[in-house]
Amino acid sequence: MIEVKNVFKSFGENKVLNDISADFEKGKVNIIIGTSGSGKSVLAKCIVGLHEVDSGQILYDGRDFTKMKVEERREIRKEIGMLFQGSALFDSMTVEENVMFPLTMFTKMSRKEMLERVNFCLERVQLTGKNELYPAECSGGMQKRIGIARAIAMKPKYLFCDEPNSGLDPQTSILIDALIREITYEYDITTIVITHDMNSVIEIGDNINFLHQGFNWWTGNNKEIVTTDNPEVTNFVYASDFMKQIRGKMVSDK
Amino acid sequence: MKKILENIGKYCFMLWVIFSKPEKFSIFRKRTFQEMQAIGVNSLPIVALMSVFIGGVIALQTASNMDNPILPDYTIGYITRSSTILELSPTIISLILAGKVGSNVASEIGTMRITEQIDALEIMGVNSLTFLVLPKIIAAIIFFPILITFSMTLAILGGWISLLLADLSNTETYVLGIRYFFKVGDIVYALTKTVVFGFLIVSISSFYGYYAKGGSLDVGRSSTQAIVSSSVAILIANFLLTQMILLA
Repeated sequence: MIEVKNVFKSFGENKVLNDISADFEKGKVNIIIGTSGSGKSVLAKCIVGLHEVDSGQILYDGRDFTKMKVEERREIRKEIGMLFQGSALFDSMTVEENVMFPLTMFTKMSRKEMLERVNFCLERVQLTGKNELYPAECSGGMQKRIGIARAIAMKPKYLFCDEPNSGLDPQTSILIDALIREITYEYDITTIVITHDMNSVIEIGDNINFLHQGFNWWTGNNKEIVTTDNPEVTNFVYASDFMKQIRGKMVSDK
Repeated sequence: MKKILENIGKYCFMLWVIFSKPEKFSIFRKRTFQEMQAIGVNSLPIVALMSVFIGGVIALQTASNMDNPILPDYTIGYITRSSTILELSPTIISLILAGKVGSNVASEIGTMRITEQIDALEIMGVNSLTFLVLPKIIAAIIFFPILITFSMTLAILGGWISLLLADLSNTETYVLGIRYFFKVGDIVYALTKTVVFGFLIVSISSFYGYYAKGGSLDVGRSSTQAIVSSSVAILIANFLLTQMILLA
């Protein structure tokens, strides 16, 4: 479980996060949503330590990440898997080398054992036999899946996904969502997904935090988000005319 | 001025972090050899080409200015050797390498920065500076002296070939000049400079790449800044080292 307590973060005069508190539960897909500039990515970067918080606490299973030394943070980070928006695969390495990278760095596994783990991870994301390809030879969806395979190679306790569906077609998005959900439940890990994609939110969001103007505006689950009366949330969820019509019908049916 | 001081502070902090213990020595060793290939071996053709022509031109210019009958003919070899070993090979070739290696290092690390590959390393728990930059620095420190020794040899050979082709001297006289008043200290001075230049080129270029922000245009800008700053650093270091070593 990851707990965020009273986190503030500013860049100069610009206050990006204002007293954010949230609990990201183990074994659940925790989603952070919000409009562009609402502070989602900054919050995620604060949680993984790419940005320092101005004040507040970030607890990984009770361990205060904000008070840790650099070396202690590195130890925590070995328990984190992250899927980046642009996949962030090492472009000079093959798919196999990318997935094997954390294993080579941090384990004493033999080459054979590592290869078995890599093949298992690639099979898990339906990319069996793609070991020798380079990231540039893979489609956007494949790159995301390789990113997931790399993220789970070390059997992480925490999984972060930054915009996992951006730039993907609806079918591939569904596949990626399904993978994230399956992996979360199967390995009983704490997953945090940052997304704009309402399909994903409704499909896999066990626990949703809606950020608005740097505040944690609303918290709920994927059933509650479609029925809430909170105006900022409904404006976000039912942004298009088509969705507004659906909401109108839902309200009139009530 | 504030910006310059800020950058110097950031650069010193970066060096402090770089010289940490690598996570896994076997990977560090492998990466160092890969960098020796990229930084050193791949620079051999350009260094060879430049050196032969620089040596040739120096020898021809010296020969064309030898009007004074008091000056012995072997002076051509002597001047070619001295100017090549003391200045042209270590400094001019290092300036050329600042362009080739510096832009390569800055754009490679800069691209990794903007495509979040460095963030990915950090989130995995890898010290990205030690992982990415330390092998490059070690490779440069080891391979730059080899490159410059190679350059000195080829420049002297270039001088000899050009003199023979222009029929301005003969082998015996040229070799006599090359051997005349030879001091091992000159080689030590040149190679010491080279080690410092190699370190400056790679560390400064890595600094600009590592702290690159924005998009591909900014990576290009960082690459240019890396070349300019490395070149200025080489010129300043050259002046200081000459004062410290030759005039001490």
